Amino acid sequence: MNNARASAILLAKELRLEFRTRELLSATIVFALVVVVLFSFAFDPTAAESRRYGPGLLWISFLFAGSLMLNPSFAREKANDTLDALRMAPISPFAILSAKMLANFIFMSLVELVLVPVFGMLYNVSLAGVAGRLIFVLALGTVGLTVTGTVFSAISSQARMRELLLPLLLLPILTPLLIGAVEATASLLLDQPELDRTWVAVLAGFDIVFLTASWLLCDYLIEE
Amino acid sequence: MKGRIASTIIVAVLIFFAGYAALFIAPDEKTMHAIQRIFYFHLPSWIAMFAALSVVFVANIAYLATREAKWDWLGVSAAELGVLCCTIGLATGPLWAKPVWGIWWTWDARLTTTFILWLLYISYLLLRGLLDDPEKKAVLSAIFGIFAFLDVPLVYVSNRLWRTQHPQPVILGGNGSGLDPNMSKVLLLCVIAVMGVMIMVLLDRYRLERLRHEFDELRLEVETRNLAPASIPEKERV
Repeated sequence: MNNARASAILLAKELRLEFRTRELLSATIVFALVVVVLFSFAFDPTAAESRRYGPGLLWISFLFAGSLMLNPSFAREKANDTLDALRMAPISPFAILSAKMLANFIFMSLVELVLVPVFGMLYNVSLAGVAGRLIFVLALGTVGLTVTGTVFSAISSQARMRELLLPLLLLPILTPLLIGAVEATASLLLDQPELDRTWVAVLAGFDIVFLTASWLLCDYLIEE
Repeated sequence: MKGRIASTIIVAVLIFFAGYAALFIAPDEKTMHAIQRIFYFHLPSWIAMFAALSVVFVANIAYLATREAKWDWLGVSAAELGVLCCTIGLATGPLWAKPVWGIWWTWDARLTTTFILWLLYISYLLLRGLLDDPEKKAVLSAIFGIFAFLDVPLVYVSNRLWRTQHPQPVILGGNGSGLDPNMSKVLLLCVIAVMGVMIMVLLDRYRLERLRHEFDELRLEVETRNLAPASIPEKERV
């Protein structure tokens, strides 16, 4: 079986598993909403301040939500030792890993799809005019988040205290991504929105470096 | 053993002279005076840290390529040493910054990068502590170590770009116009001495890791022997 097909089948499996209950998605969306709402109590921002701090708030809530949401990605397979079954299949380990990355990318994008409009409404930030460019920035940031997050979820699923360990491993690594994503988003919320190319380059660089590294190292990641 | 004693003495003498030279021989700095002398240990500890973390990176790759346990021992030894050097750097930095810049800390690219570096390698050591199976511990921590090292240039570049777009709070004007020749001589001595200490510590830490490993293997062997029914008569078994 070729790897693209294997990956597509595994992706369908991940999606079916999640959409049977939607428990991971609903919990993550609610969690991200809680973070966004708590922010308004902590800082009580005006509309102008929201535009200044909003991008940071938005990305912090995505990073926190992501670092919690990615936990079950591999841990879920442990319950019935289903990862062993996947390993025995005559497919490349990267097919397994990339299916999970894609599934997590889709889940995270859905969370963002709900959260961004809510954020715009609650904080009076108009996003309609820059929707296309905003989606581009969100996609670049989400690729980096889910690529590293899925790899680290495979690492932390083998360890004790994995729920605490994953954010600990993931969040410091994501520093460049956070800076790039926040600055790129902020450039879209100015009075004359113009996408800052530098930050797009930082985000794209982050995605390429870690996607390549995961591709090179996935044989070691998914072994016995 | 003789080599160890000799090298210990050499390194001890070196570090003594380095300390003496930094305090008494190096010329007084024009504006900062005595506090500037912390520089002779601040910079060498950063150099030692980068050397140690590069060793971690090489050891991680070598472990994945060869699967020889010695690379894992080297990786963890160098990572602990790197965190130690980073801690020394992060401690001496604010001590120097407070009287000179007027603040303990600024979110400058270099400071931020090293802070993140410190967190990353502490996570590396924590991760190792939370993985029980030795083989898994070695493989998974090597993968994380490679990811962490790859992140360093990205952290630096992004911080650099980020800070150029914001005003810097308080920062010393660029003193990159070269050091006094006496200062550079003392600095060189300090770098050599600190590197000597770090190499000694690294070798000892590596030896400790190897002994630990041998101890575990011997214990396992004894345990399996005790369990084997034929080797010991029933009544003598514990």
